[in-house]
Amino acid sequence: MEFYGYQRPDGRVGIRNKILILPASVCASDTARIVANQVESAVTFNNQNGCSQVGSDQQLTMDVMAGYAANPNVYGTVVISLGCENCQMDLVVDAIQERTNKPLAQFIIQECGGTIKTVELAVRAAKEMAAEASMLQKEVFPMSELIVGTECGGSDPTSGLAANPLIGEMSDRMVALGGTSILSETTEFIGAEHILAKRGATPEISQQIYDIVHRYEKALQLVGEEVRAGNPSPGNKAGGLTTLEEKSLGCIHKGGHTAVNAVYDYAKQVEAKKGLVIMDTPGNDPSSVAGMVAGGAQVVVFSTGRGTPTGNPIAPVIKITGNKLTFAKMSDNIDIDASPVIYGPQTLEEMGDVLMQELQDVANGKLTKAEALGFTEMAIARVCNYV
Amino acid sequence: MNVTIIDAKDNVAVAIEPIAKGDRLEARGTDLGVTAKSDVTIYHKVAIRDIPKGQPVVKYGEHIGLAAEDIPAGTHVHTHNVENHREAL
Repeated sequence: MEFYGYQRPDGRVGIRNKILILPASVCASDTARIVANQVESAVTFNNQNGCSQVGSDQQLTMDVMAGYAANPNVYGTVVISLGCENCQMDLVVDAIQERTNKPLAQFIIQECGGTIKTVELAVRAAKEMAAEASMLQKEVFPMSELIVGTECGGSDPTSGLAANPLIGEMSDRMVALGGTSILSETTEFIGAEHILAKRGATPEISQQIYDIVHRYEKALQLVGEEVRAGNPSPGNKAGGLTTLEEKSLGCIHKGGHTAVNAVYDYAKQVEAKKGLVIMDTPGNDPSSVAGMVAGGAQVVVFSTGRGTPTGNPIAPVIKITGNKLTFAKMSDNIDIDASPVIYGPQTLEEMGDVLMQELQDVANGKLTKAEALGFTEMAIARVCNYV
Repeated sequence: MNVTIIDAKDNVAVAIEPIAKGDRLEARGTDLGVTAKSDVTIYHKVAIRDIPKGQPVVKYGEHIGLAAEDIPAGTHVHTHNVENHREAL
């Protein structure tokens, strides 16, 4: 199985060819938006962070910024900073260059002489990058070059019955093809971490699975929250979920059946051709997706029960649901109806063929529903309040 | 077809239609030879084999808890007859 992609100078392969206008902090975000609006194929996002953060939070922000710039769907990056933020331009540029050697330009608003002058300079740089990017021809690559992020959000009882098992099937097939699948959402491992830990390829990886779950629980306990208490919720129980193990098993089904070969911290660089790996991300969808895309995922497969519009500025997000009523109601937002996994006539394996075909089509350039609608909302995970 | 079995190791199936007491359980055209002993709400679980007290309840091919009492095939399986059990690695 192959796809047409873009070869990057750092050796990785993209399925989109974007120019990233990267705001180093909240204070540069509006300027970045104006620049991105002016340039074909440019994307940006509203960076709420980048300043007034504790060290551990600033690191999460830096990793997302560097990871976005390095994501192979990006041809090159124009960084815009205000000048006085904690995420200083030289720190951001160093972090990007530790991950990639792709084209990079930088503009500091306080040094350029305000936003209007910065917009002029940054638009010119971005437009030249866009022209260079347009010259790049697609080439054929094996599916093993793909890193696929997996996510679930707005779940309902069909998520654990159809959409998540189908994503698990896709994950097993990507692993068999020599590619990479990322299982995410640490909060949703809780209760099934002992089952997930049994799948660690080594005792060290099994221990890392326990460690990220316990670290997450402790972080929530610091603000007085206890995840296990009251979980499954009364609503979950009314829906038929009996134990926390059962609820979490429905979520981790996205990881299929293969061994877990690595555990990554949030937004850290994921190695290609690694099989099934885990990334420590929140259950919160836009920040979990952002972490995996920063890790290098070129595409995300996202299961939903109630339906959700979530996209991403850099990576296409393929939405699937096992709820046929939701698919009928939200077909503007959802790409694949996975309900045949429950109700037939197709089997899980046959629906696996459908999802793999969609994955290949999207890798080849087919727009997902979220892309066609221009959805790019995202968030960056946080440890605590701003300083 | 009124139930789905997620994994071949499972001893419970999930109702994919509302099930009435006395209905035969059928998955993908296969009669499971089990009759529902009570009504089962859609997406709730029903035992497809006898599960003796203390034995694991298996869904997704994994243990989701232990039978708190003898659970005969056809019984609604939920919080009233399953107890949480934290397993060590």
